[in-house]
Amino acid sequence: MCLGIPGQIISISDSTKKLGIIDVSGVQREVNLACIMPKDGNIDTLIGEWALIHVGFAMSRIDEAEAAKTMEVLVMLGEAQEEIEAMRRSQSALGERA
Amino acid sequence: MKYADEFRDPDAAKGVLGAIERIVDEIGATPEKPIHIMEVCGGHTHAIFRYGLDKLTPAALEFIHGPGCPVCVLPMSRVDDCIELAERPEVIFTTFGDAMRVPGTKKSLLQAKAEGADIRMVYSPLDALELARRNPDREVVFFALGFETTTPSTALCAQQALAENLTNFSLFCNHITVPEPIKALLDDPYMELDGFVGPGHVSMVIGIEPYRFIARDYNKPIVVAGFEPLDLLQSILMVLEQIRDGRAEVENQYSRIVPDDGNVVSIEACADVYERRETFEWRGLGEIDKSGLKMREKYWAFDAERKFSMGYGRPRAKYEEPEGCKCGAVMTGRLKPQQCPQFGKGCTPDRPLGALMVSSEGACAAYYQYGGVRTQLEPAE
Ligand code: SF4
Repeated sequence: MCLGIPGQIISISDSTKKLGIIDVSGVQREVNLACIMPKDGNIDTLIGEWALIHVGFAMSRIDEAEAAKTMEVLVMLGEAQEEIEAMRRSQSALGERA
Repeated sequence: MKYADEFRDPDAAKGVLGAIERIVDEIGATPEKPIHIMEVCGGHTHAIFRYGLDKLTPAALEFIHGPGCPVCVLPMSRVDDCIELAERPEVIFTTFGDAMRVPGTKKSLLQAKAEGADIRMVYSPLDALELARRNPDREVVFFALGFETTTPSTALCAQQALAENLTNFSLFCNHITVPEPIKALLDDPYMELDGFVGPGHVSMVIGIEPYRFIARDYNKPIVVAGFEPLDLLQSILMVLEQIRDGRAEVENQYSRIVPDDGNVVSIEACADVYERRETFEWRGLGEIDKSGLKMREKYWAFDAERKFSMGYGRPRAKYEEPEGCKCGAVMTGRLKPQQCPQFGKGCTPDRPLGALMVSSEGACAAYYQYGGVRTQLEPAE
């Protein structure tokens, strides 16, 4: 919850709500990109970029090398697995009563 | 030469460790009269134990584990409030998984769920918002919990709920802030603190300015740090250098992620949605002035406290911490986790008695998990 996880922005899903799809180690989900919007307001330029994601919000843009290093630490701390599991589980929480 | 694979660059780590040792010597610290450095963030506590940094650094340097694990400082009465909300038939109660096992006075959210309450673990408040859209006949409450790192996420969701005019979504706000408990600890005459390792991701949001008072008013150094073991070692070295040179400054070791001014969009969203409470209770630390957030009037329609008359500080029965539980003393560094009589006996990560055992960011759980681990940084062959 506090450490976040790096992900790559692969597409924009709703440009008015500033939402996009990120990929975290093969798991994809929608996140909010409002906090890392480029100065010129063109959300499409975020596609392909990496960001640190905290509870579904991209909070900071990072480069690919930093993303890889951060992921490594998170895996060692056991946090990456937990975070990815929470992402997966959350999709099912949206459905019927869990 | 083979080194522990924990350190990407073992030579660099050895270099920094050597410098740490030298400076601790120069300062004249001894195991009997050590230097006390507090790492504020629970993520740092976890990393320190995981990488065995407490054992790699000299005995004359002592880590005090700070209050930066949000579930660990959650008052039991607030957990009770969550359960009361969750047990209302019209409510879908949504929460981060971390909060599920925190003991309340009678039960945890996990137990309430087993007993039939509609409680759903979500990854993001965005998912709670989506649940509200899909279930117009139910009341969706999100347990807004955490420090400045998670506050922007709920603030942006409240703004979105307002924009969409959602009438069945609300936040049960328990957000807390980092600088205020640091001030409370510095004001505590029993605390011995020589410097701080500041939180990385909280600072990514708020910047480094909010820590200025630590250097200016209390004459203590603070260095904002990243999470890699080398980040932490370098930050500790920076704190020690300041102590040796008689300086007290706010330094930023994690500038690749933390801009000095923080994240403007987040700061603005939080200021729009939230204001400070006069005071807020921290488990183990008591009431701390201005340390919690509540929703501004503009957002009262999305404030579960108002919607369900669950205002903070409403009169309630006094409660006692469980027998023998030393969470408060551990939280303030007066006791080490293993000195609590319940440690590993009545209190384990599987059956936590105190909150410090619940999350891997809690000092007790981190110590329980890694207490015996010693990271090898010696040449193995
Ligand atoms: S061992 Fe359990 S009861 Fe004792 S201080 Fe730690 S969390 Fe609290």
